[in-house]
Order: sequence, then structure tokens, then C-alpha cells
Amino acid sequence: MSEHDHAAPEHAAHEHHEELSFWRKYVFSTDHKMIGIQYSVTGLLFLFFGFCLMMLMRWQLAYPNQPLPFLGWLFGEDRMPGGIMLPEFYNQLGAMHGTIMVFLGVVPLAVGGFGNFVVPLQIGAPDMAFPRLNMLSYQCYFVGGVVMLSSFFVPQGAAQSGWTSYPPLAEVNPFWGQTFWLVGMLFLIFSSLLGAVNFITTIIQLRAEGLTFFRLPIFVWAQFVTAFLLLLAFPPLQAAGVFQLMDMVADTSFFMPEGLVVSGQLASGEGAARAGGGSPILWQHLFWFLAHPEVYVLILPGLGIVAEIVANNTRKPLWGYKPIVYSLLALGFLSFIVWAHHMFLTGMGSTMSAFFQTTTMIISIPSVVILTALILSLWGGSIRFTVPMLFALAFLPMFGIGGLTGLPLGLTAPDIHLHDTYYVIGHFHYVVAPGTLFALFAGIYYWYPKATGRRMSTFLGHLHFWPSLVFMNGIFFPMLIQGLAGMQRRLADGGASYGHSQEVIWLHQVISFSAWGLALAQLPFVVNFFASLRSPKTAGENPWHATTIEWAAPSPPPHGNFATVPAAYRDPYEYSVPGEAEDYLPQFRPAEGAAAPAAVPA
Amino acid sequence: MSAAAIPYTVEPRPDTGLNNVKIGIWLFLASEVMLFGALFAGYILLRVGDPGFGHGSEELSIPMAFVNTLVLITSSVTMVMAWASCMRRDLGKFKLYMGLTVALGGCFMVIKYFEYTAKFHHGIFPSTSTFMAIYFTLTGLHAAHVLAGMIVNGYFWLPGAKMWETNWQQFTNRVETSGLFWHFVDLVWIFLFPVLYLLPVPYAHP
Repeated sequence: MSEHDHAAPEHAAHEHHEELSFWRKYVFSTDHKMIGIQYSVTGLLFLFFGFCLMMLMRWQLAYPNQPLPFLGWLFGEDRMPGGIMLPEFYNQLGAMHGTIMVFLGVVPLAVGGFGNFVVPLQIGAPDMAFPRLNMLSYQCYFVGGVVMLSSFFVPQGAAQSGWTSYPPLAEVNPFWGQTFWLVGMLFLIFSSLLGAVNFITTIIQLRAEGLTFFRLPIFVWAQFVTAFLLLLAFPPLQAAGVFQLMDMVADTSFFMPEGLVVSGQLASGEGAARAGGGSPILWQHLFWFLAHPEVYVLILPGLGIVAEIVANNTRKPLWGYKPIVYSLLALGFLSFIVWAHHMFLTGMGSTMSAFFQTTTMIISIPSVVILTALILSLWGGSIRFTVPMLFALAFLPMFGIGGLTGLPLGLTAPDIHLHDTYYVIGHFHYVVAPGTLFALFAGIYYWYPKATGRRMSTFLGHLHFWPSLVFMNGIFFPMLIQGLAGMQRRLADGGASYGHSQEVIWLHQVISFSAWGLALAQLPFVVNFFASLRSPKTAGENPWHATTIEWAAPSPPPHGNFATVPAAYRDPYEYSVPGEAEDYLPQFRPAEGAAAPAAVPA
Repeated sequence: MSAAAIPYTVEPRPDTGLNNVKIGIWLFLASEVMLFGALFAGYILLRVGDPGFGHGSEELSIPMAFVNTLVLITSSVTMVMAWASCMRRDLGKFKLYMGLTVALGGCFMVIKYFEYTAKFHHGIFPSTSTFMAIYFTLTGLHAAHVLAGMIVNGYFWLPGAKMWETNWQQFTNRVETSGLFWHFVDLVWIFLFPVLYLLPVPYAHP
């Protein structure tokens, strides 16, 4: 589907390989750049789809049980009879919004898209270490996506138990939707496993000559840590997925306690289909063992992108390169031992809670170090307010709000009040939506000239950025207020039937109009993205006057990437070096008197 | 694909001392450790939490599992011999030992098949108890790994061995890599056997 939409970069004249057929070039490609573009475009389409699900939900929340105007007939009598959304359908939309945004949208775009396209270029490699594995990774992702999408059309619709799929609820909800969700997840996990092996091997093995680990761009470091998280955190969810799939199809009781009564009927124990004796908490442990590192999978690539763009647009070296790197590594390690702060209300006991509160407070330190380093990098710079820089600058306070609102959730006492309220939704969306998504938009504006050889419109970029910034805050800030008032999440009427919600319920309409406004604000981006494909190829190799190695390659880079074998001669962010004629000294420019780089052997 | 070749697919990179495939398989095995680690963690939590757990190991056949343990360990030995034959450039010996490895894997699967069907005939299914759920899931996933190893080894045994002529070094690397995977699968069984078959009912719950 998606990869066909993308206009092909035309072949550069000096390209030196045989023509590939259409299928080999665009669909079954093993070139990291094409796979990166496949991932990006598919990921963007899923982001749009997940956003559409949310816009539907926002109607129901703002105007509960009123018929959806204009589009209500589209969804059929078993989902929206008379245009009024059934709670079951609302739950499907909620579960699939979360699943699609996290596993099919942001991660594939951030890791599969940017990681695939940029990492080999930044380390001066001709491709990923395992190109065919790379292709297989995209294909597994694609199949997982198709399974997830098709689950809307199975009997009784898609999964309804939230993106967390907590049992026993998940296992007593309609069979087909949940089973499709599990099968889709197994494909997605396998896909990211293959990708992670590939990224780590590539970064360790294929660095250009002279590119030592402490000369790597921050983005490569971020992808390196991210890949380890995917490699080691996803398998436990794979195990949990297999357990739950067994519960669904083989009537086992991994997560079903004994004597569970659902709707007046015994669901497990003597005389029921299942024996019982399982533990619902086991699922939560295995799920969050993945899903907390997953939070860092969502944010680290964004941090990496922002670091690149901040250095490039302040025209000076990043402040605190090594502290950032050590913080990334610390984040990666600590993210494995904070998972149960999602589970304070399971009654797991105060000893466990104390441990996980402590680690959670500790993990905020490296996050703050990175954010502080990025903010201090602005100090004294002559900042260029390019479109990527606008998004990167907006990322800093947005991610700051997202991070700081997380602190009360990491402590048991305030978490008792805030757990499962709109405050939680506001918190993590500040991290992922105006945080990571802004970073990803920044990355698209920043590397688009590299991927296509063409520039994007600055005017349309501004038209995209400013309304998006306003509407993002219009969506998520009111949620913090609603949550502090105690309004619960996951209610199909948005809390209309609860007394304590009444004072803040009008904010639902503010949020909904902001969400629809945000949709309109993305139109300039869509126009910019496609119209710029027809603009002249004027970008050149290094339009931003940047220093990292990807800017040594032609734009777009041909198969094999570089005309001459690149090498690194210095640190990655040598901007405004005293005594230099220009205000940037690329990492790949040979030092005075160094031997000329060798030609790529054909 | 004639453009710039990917370096270190066969020869090790000087500063890391490893080729790409070697790093790749160790990373893959690390994730496999996490997978089976989570499965065993589930086993522990359920065993500790369920009063009815543990009454199940007496249903399993220790002799069959013991024979299977011997079969898998032997197959690990023949796997090493196959790789050693590669290193000694003895194609005939390689074919012999790799064939034996695949055959022993098949032998394991056949015994496993009889074990499974015997349980089904006695009306024991994954839904019977938490113990049986764990038993069938863990051994089932392990059997899937054995099958995957047999397919890869079978490929190197028969059609893949053509690479012996064209790129002996890369072929040897491949055999070593699939050998690492095979030993890992063997190792998982070494944990499964005592944990599922030999551990007695731990203690009487009140």
C-alpha cells in the first residue's frame, strides 16, 4: 500500500548498479533507505488512522450519546446505531488507538523509519548489517498491522480491553478481537526483535574508520540504547502474549484466578471450562516489564533527533556530550527496574512499592540531565529558527511538562488519587504527542532534503507548527485539570454520570475542538510533504551546513550510500570552531595533510 | 547487488574481533534468554501462587524425558563434530555429523509426539491444570525451537552445503552460528527437564 505512494528518488547519474524491478525496488527492497521510507510512510498512515479513531472518541466524550453528525451512518448498526456510539465500540476505539499509536505508529516511525534511514548514513555504512533481515522486519510489521486492522471486521469487533489488555477482562471480552490483537502483537514483537539485532550489530560493526563510540552522533547512541530495550524487554511480552493466547484458544488459566464469576456465571474453577489457579497480576508484571522500557523506546529516538537539530541550529557543539551519552545508558538500564510503578494499586505491598518508588525517582535524574544539557546548549548560540528547530525547541518544554507531571504518579500516595484518571492520559501524552511526535516532525523536516534531494516549504512548515503547538496544549493541558479533579479514564460517556466530574466536564468540549483543530493543522504538513516532492532538487548534499556523516552522501543517497568511503576525523558537532573560515567543520572532512579517502570498490 | 559490499560479513572486524553474524546470533540468543526467562518466571509465580500446582509432575513420564535429554545432548555433540569437520575441511564427515544432528532432533520430536498423545489419550490437556498449561506451553515452545533448528541445520546439510565450494569460510561461520542456536535449545531443555519432570510437589499448602 503505502510504499507505492512515495515518489521514487530518481537515479543519480553516477549510480553503479543494475536496475531493479519495481517489486525489488519498492516492495521487497533490502536497501535500508527504502525500508526506512516504507516504515516511515506506513507509520505515518497508522498515526493518521489512530488519530481518526481518537477524533471519533472525542465526539462521544464531548457530546455523550448524541448522534455523530454527517458520518454516523458509516459505522453500521452494530457499532453506532442511529449514529450513537455503543460503549463496546468506544472501548474498541480506545484499545486500538493506544495499540496503533504505540506499536504501529510512533515506534515504527521513530525506530524503523528514522533509525533505518539515518543510522547507517550517520555511521558511514553502505547499508544495515543484515539487509534481508531488515526486509523481513518490515514485512512482519506490515502483517501485524494488517492483522490489527482486520480485527475491526471480525465478529463483535476489535479488542476492547485497552492497549494494556489486562486479564481477566481481556479474556472474558469477545474472543476474536482479543485473539487477533494477540496474534498481531506476536508479529510486531518479532519484527522489532529482528530490527533490534540488526541495529546493534550495525552500530557495533559498520562504523566508518575513525568513528569511535564517543564520536557517534547522539541520535546513533539513542538508537543503540533503544535497540537494546527492544531486544531485551519485548521477549517477556512475547511470553505473556503466548500465555494469553493459550488462555484464549486452549482454555488454560495462566491469568484466570479460581472461582471467577462473570455476569453471574462461573468462568473458572470446578465445573467451568477452565481450571483456574492463574494470576492476573502475572500478566501485569510481564506486560509492564516491556511497556515501561517501551516508554523509553518512544522517547529516546526523539531525544536523539532533537539533539542533532539543536546542535545544528545553535551552531555550537552540544553542551555535555558525554553526560548525555551516560544518561542515555543509565536510562536504558534503569528502565528495566521501574515497571511496577504502574501497579501500585494492585496491592503488591509496601516493600515492593518502596523499591519501585525509589528506582522511579532515580530514573528521573538522567532524564533531567539530558533535558538540561539540551537547554544549556541553547545558551549563547546564534539560533537559526528553521522549521525543524521550531519543533525541536517546542519539544523541550513539552517533554519537560510530560516528565514533571510523571513524578506524582511515581509516588504511591499521590498515585492512589491520580491512578487511572485523565491526569495519567495528560501526562503520558505530553511525553509522546507534543514530545516525541514533535521530535519526529522535526526529524522529517530535517532529513527530508537528504531523503529526496528537495526542500520543504518553510511557510507551510510554520503553518503546521504554530497551530499544532497551540492545539496540542489545548488537548492535553485540560486533561491534567480533569484528572486532578478525579475524573476517571476509559469511561464511554467521559464521566458524565459521576458527580465529582461535573465541574470539569465542560473541558471535554475544549479538548475535542482542539483535537479536531489539530487535525486541520496537519493539512499544511500533508500538502508540504507531497507538493515538495515536485519541487526542484536544489537541496544539495548539505543544505543545513551540518557536521555529521550523513551529509557527506549525495541527496538522495544512491544504493551503497557514499561516493567515497567516508571516515570520521573529529567529534560530531564541531560548529563555530575558532580559526575556521566556515562556522561548521564536518566530521567527515579530512584533516590537513590526511590521505585522500579511497574510492568505493565497485 | 553490486554496490559497495557490506563489510565484515565473513571476516572479523579488527577492533571488535567478531564478524556481523557472530554478534547477531549472540544478540538473538540474549533475547531468547529473556523469552525463556519470562516463561520460567511465570512458572515460578504460578507454582508459588497456586495451591493445586505441582500435582502434575507425577503424570509425566520421566523415562521418556530422560531418553530425550540424552538424545539432545548427543545431538549437541554431533553438532560440534559437524562444525569441527568444517574447520578440518572434511565435507564427508560434515555431511555425516550434520545428518546425525538433524536425525537426533527428529528423534526428540518423535518421542515428544508420543508423550503428548499419551497425555491426550488420558484426557490431559493444557486446560486441565495450571501445571499442565505450563508444561504444554513451555515444552511446545521448546519443540518449536527444535523444529526451527532442524530446518536450518537441514538446509545446511543438504542444499545449503553448495556454499562449501563457493565460500567455505562463510559456510563454516553459518554452521557455527546455527550450532550456537542448537546448543541454546539444548540448554533450555536441560532446565525444562528437572523443573517440569523431577521437582516434587513442594510443600503442603494449608
